[in-house]
Amino acid sequence: MIVMTVDPINPDALRRQLFDAGAGAYCGFEGWIRNENEGQAVLRLEYEAYDPLALSEGETILAEAKQKFPFLHAHCVHRTGVLDIGDCAVWVGVSAPHRDEAFQACRYIIDQLKVRLPIWKKEHYVDGHSGWVNCERCAKSA
Amino acid sequence: MKTITVRYFAMFRENAGLDEETLTIEAATAADVFSATRERHQSAEPTGHCKVAINDIMADWDSPVSNGDTVLLFPPVAGG
Repeated sequence: MIVMTVDPINPDALRRQLFDAGAGAYCGFEGWIRNENEGQAVLRLEYEAYDPLALSEGETILAEAKQKFPFLHAHCVHRTGVLDIGDCAVWVGVSAPHRDEAFQACRYIIDQLKVRLPIWKKEHYVDGHSGWVNCERCAKSA
Repeated sequence: MKTITVRYFAMFRENAGLDEETLTIEAATAADVFSATRERHQSAEPTGHCKVAINDIMADWDSPVSNGDTVLLFPPVAGG
């Protein structure tokens, strides 16, 4: 299951949803907002998403992960809106019978989410400027 | 000529100054629609790292467009 939300992410509560008597392993990933990117001091981030396709593509990624690395349960939550330094922007959790599937599925899911979901982030810098991440060429043409 | 609704996101929205617009253009593929919007809004972003969807389904740049379609233009994504 994948969820897009403007509310703060609570990894502890989410992790509990993955408990399963058949699970011998759990692997979780949290992506946090850090205060620097490519040499620029970051003040906060703004996430924008197109939810209908982020959700459908996210479910496709989870299904692919399950096919490749059979796990018991996997959840993903991604924030949108304005986030401050230290906030959790994305959480992925996987429970599986053994650690290999949990690690590999978690890694696959977060890696694919980052490159496939229609989500964009705008960095607001300490010096007052802002910029869309990965969009240098269109920024130059603006 | 086809009537195509184009939706812009993130940097594309800021560059165009609007969320969406309806264009009447000669366009066979999604790439043709993108090209028309780049000309219209003086954007130089190549298709390479951008993605496109037609009527809420992910598509390829050479996917055909039909009269009445909604084409969604996604600049390079950066989730996580």
